[in-house]
Amino acid sequence: MKRGCDMQIDPLSRRLIDRFQHGMPLCAEPYRAMADALECSEDEVLACLEQLESSGGLSRIGPVFEHSRAGASTLVALAVPEAQLEQVAEQINRYPEVNHNYLREHHYNLWFVLTGPDRARIDALLLQIEAETGLVPLDLPMQAAYRIDLGFPIGDAP
Amino acid sequence: MTSLLNDLQAWQLRRLLEAGLPLAARPYQVLAERVGASEEAVLEQVRRWSDSGLFRRMGLVIKHRALGFRANAMLVMDIPDECVDEVGRKLGQAAGVNLCYQRPRRLPDWPYNLFCMVHGREREQVCRLIEQMLAENGLHDIPHQLLFSTRAFKQCGGRYAPPASQVAAHG
Repeated sequence: MKRGCDMQIDPLSRRLIDRFQHGMPLCAEPYRAMADALECSEDEVLACLEQLESSGGLSRIGPVFEHSRAGASTLVALAVPEAQLEQVAEQINRYPEVNHNYLREHHYNLWFVLTGPDRARIDALLLQIEAETGLVPLDLPMQAAYRIDLGFPIGDAP
Repeated sequence: MTSLLNDLQAWQLRRLLEAGLPLAARPYQVLAERVGASEEAVLEQVRRWSDSGLFRRMGLVIKHRALGFRANAMLVMDIPDECVDEVGRKLGQAAGVNLCYQRPRRLPDWPYNLFCMVHGREREQVCRLIEQMLAENGLHDIPHQLLFSTRAFKQCGGRYAPPASQVAAHG
């Protein structure tokens, strides 16, 4: 994770991000279709995405799974004593089922998402995490979605 | 509906998709070679998943922090149960709100049931935006907290598909 310096976003990256955080064409040659839509070449699109990826601005490209359909997930919070933070964050990161592990300013300071094929797997993971860290996790599964993540415009976001 | 890939291939494909499409002219051809199927079969399977609503979106997944969006706040609120849907729908439309979910309270430790994610470049800007949003929706007096993230330990996509070994074991 890069810290302390903002990446320069070139115009093509900006257009790709603004146009294709959702609605990427589902066809044999998607990058060519994206290039056609942006009136540039497929090579330019691929080079741009490679550059974005290697500079740390692009996590990946492809489908984002709908968690209610793809399996089970929950938001988890732990109240980690300051002195144990690095160690616990590392323990949590080691789980392949963990994504988006963030430090937040709160008594509950470590927040992450757990995903798995079903709720039973999530329950087992929560028990395992509790046993491993000695901390009782807050288990906050989604009950209703009023807005789902469709990406956001990097040009005019607040 | 005939299945184009066998179960093992389908799970394998899902795991590959969770990690992202290859940056190659024919990304589905690359995936097809890895699961031992034709490009057409892989594309058709992905289209069916897409049509059935398995994907929330398809496209670039960016790392907002690396792109300069470092002020990332989770606004949590305690909204009476009878109006949480109405408030959630309103806040879900508000400018700057990227996600809006209802989650359970866990009393006495956690009294909040509505969560909004707001991303921005500057903390003050995000605070102002949230204050304005709460005021406009008559929510200034409701119990709420702002949890800014100060560090990302990990940021990647969800891994829902079980490992191939487990799929094989289940037949």
